[in-house]
Amino acid sequence: MPRFLEAIEDVVGSTLFYYAVSPLLKIAAALFVVLTLIAYLTLAERKILGFIQVRLGPNRVGPWGLFQPIADVAKLLVKEDIVPQHAIKWAFVLGPCLVVGPALVILAVIPFGPSADVTGGMGWHIADVNVALLFVLAVATIGVYGIILGGWGSNSKFSMLGGLRSAAQMISYEVPQGLSLVVPLMMAGTMSLNGIVEAQHDQHIWYVFNYYGIGLAAFFVYFVAGVAETNRNPFDLPEAESELVAGFHTEYSGMRFALFFLGEYANMIVISAVAVTLFIGGWLPPFANQSWAGFLSLSFLPAGLAGFIWFFVKLLAFLFVYIWFRGTFPRYRFDQLMALGWKWLLPMALAAIMLTGLVKVL
Amino acid sequence: MTDPNTPATTPETLLGLEEMVLNFGPQHPATHGVLRLKVRLDGERIVDTYPIIGYLHRGTEKLFELHPFFQNVPHTDRMDYVAAATSNLAYVGAVERLTGIVVPPRARWIRTLLAELQRIASHLLWLATHAIDIGAMTPFFYTFRERELILDLFEEYCGARLTLNCMRPGGQPYDLTVGWAERCAEFIEDFPSRIDDYEGLLTENRIWKKRTIGVGVLPPDVAISYGVTGPMLRGSGIGWDLRKAMPYEAYDEVDFDVPVFHNCDTYDRYLVRMEEMRQSTRIVAQCLDKLPEGPIMAKRPRVLKAPKQSEVYYGIEGPKGEIGFYIVGDGTPNPFRCRVRPPSFFNLQVLPGMVHGQLVADLVAVIGTTDIVLGEVDR
Repeated sequence: MPRFLEAIEDVVGSTLFYYAVSPLLKIAAALFVVLTLIAYLTLAERKILGFIQVRLGPNRVGPWGLFQPIADVAKLLVKEDIVPQHAIKWAFVLGPCLVVGPALVILAVIPFGPSADVTGGMGWHIADVNVALLFVLAVATIGVYGIILGGWGSNSKFSMLGGLRSAAQMISYEVPQGLSLVVPLMMAGTMSLNGIVEAQHDQHIWYVFNYYGIGLAAFFVYFVAGVAETNRNPFDLPEAESELVAGFHTEYSGMRFALFFLGEYANMIVISAVAVTLFIGGWLPPFANQSWAGFLSLSFLPAGLAGFIWFFVKLLAFLFVYIWFRGTFPRYRFDQLMALGWKWLLPMALAAIMLTGLVKVL
Repeated sequence: MTDPNTPATTPETLLGLEEMVLNFGPQHPATHGVLRLKVRLDGERIVDTYPIIGYLHRGTEKLFELHPFFQNVPHTDRMDYVAAATSNLAYVGAVERLTGIVVPPRARWIRTLLAELQRIASHLLWLATHAIDIGAMTPFFYTFRERELILDLFEEYCGARLTLNCMRPGGQPYDLTVGWAERCAEFIEDFPSRIDDYEGLLTENRIWKKRTIGVGVLPPDVAISYGVTGPMLRGSGIGWDLRKAMPYEAYDEVDFDVPVFHNCDTYDRYLVRMEEMRQSTRIVAQCLDKLPEGPIMAKRPRVLKAPKQSEVYYGIEGPKGEIGFYIVGDGTPNPFRCRVRPPSFFNLQVLPGMVHGQLVADLVAVIGTTDIVLGEVDR
């Protein structure tokens, strides 16, 4: 534990430290990391899309456009806050908050690094909840209300169509997503996210490779449903620019729009973080059971930091895939999206659960 | 007859369900300019579509009457502003036929060359916007990269990139600049591999196929009865191409195929246009090969007068379909009347039928596949 934390502990006493000060510090740190990540994710997206699309991307503000996110935030903050005359005000105001809030709350249970047992000091998570998986599912569901409220409260036809689309889409995709999460749950036998990572460590396998491809199927369902949950291409129908102008956030501007934007990127991070935790071994280094790959465990660093670095690298890989999708795919149509969710992903998730059970019994 | 003022008492209205009227455009990302559609929606399903045009009406046909034949060429640039060269070609062709000027061979070949480059540029723009409407963002930037090269070639030839004004009744205003042919050949050599790039992103893409196959079906008999021409018609299985059917300029001396596909849907129209770009590449290459030497402008009077009581209709195969000019002369240097047959206007007429009963997402796909330019529709 860093020395300044010990100093704080001496002052406030260990009980208060463990139940109040330490979580608050962790929350501040996690929020700082994630919000910075979101800001730079927008820049990374524009840069990577620029690279895919033979152009440069932002390059005016700072070297390689590195200060672009700061300029964007400053611009959005000072913009006039417009509430359309015919909007339903409380819904219009509440919408963006309900999108951002839950996405950030989920971060509370994500293990960014090893738990206290491994590091011998501080655990790299805000809270180790024993039903964390249920918590993730429950809180993630709230986000859809924000979008519906935003779309409905704007009192605009394009917004309403966007809101309706996203309601149908997110609710349909929550089903296969939730079911696909049952598979790692069954493999690990625990609902604690920390516990699932540790189970992957103990079983010497990442769950994406576990049980003869069943893990892979579940992972596939989870990630596809996750892309749909975050309204990202190729499932970006709720905000399909060419059809619905900007979908549910057509009427939003300034910081309220920025909150929707923030929510979308926070959701991307959350979905990726959960995928990393459940399927890709969380903070575990790759090839941990191979002797030649020993250097990958970064043993020269403190155990917690090494785990965090691996978690972060995997997270970034997922986020890159999101952006890559956006540069590659056209958009699904609404009915095709529904067909994909109910006719393919749902049966796949159910089959994966059944087969997992079968393998476990045999 | 039911009285429209009495509220209908269908189960839907009793339940409080009703159709929604959505105003789609004129300021909408997918309407390619200022097309306005009033769409009646049942959920996301389109019950009815009314195109409302005229937001870009400039009275071009009246303007033609106010200027001498030579000065009217720039007006044609502003009709189909993404394919100015073919509009120029149709107009000067009509004037030449009205006044009986015979164009020298080199000018004919240069015109063919420019028209085919313009066709490629127009199709590239179509592909860009069509793909971005369906959600694929990247082809937009790829096609604009190549379109830029074509515009550079045009700029070098006539100084303009969009409103070219690059043809005159009687021939060509300028000869090709030094090294132009080499630069064009370089582009043409490289271009087929670029088409492969676009096709690699889209043609076999599952989502692209799902979004376009069976969408916006245009049966051949409907296409004919509405006067649809161009790739729209050839995507409906009818191999009508004025370049083959009534060859003009140098088209009877070059070798090319007219792609025809028979499924009548958006995907087939996509395939037609992709193949047309390859064929245009072939034509340009042949033009560069066979370009004859000689004068580029016919001997013509300084003031061009149409014979009294003369009239002519002349149409060519533009990128979007048959673009034709009907000109009546009355013995003065100005046309007495000039009526334009723009392909986009005719192709737009079939839009409501093509989207009837389909989803909002299909509407943008179908707007994209009709490849309309509102400057030409509204004139």
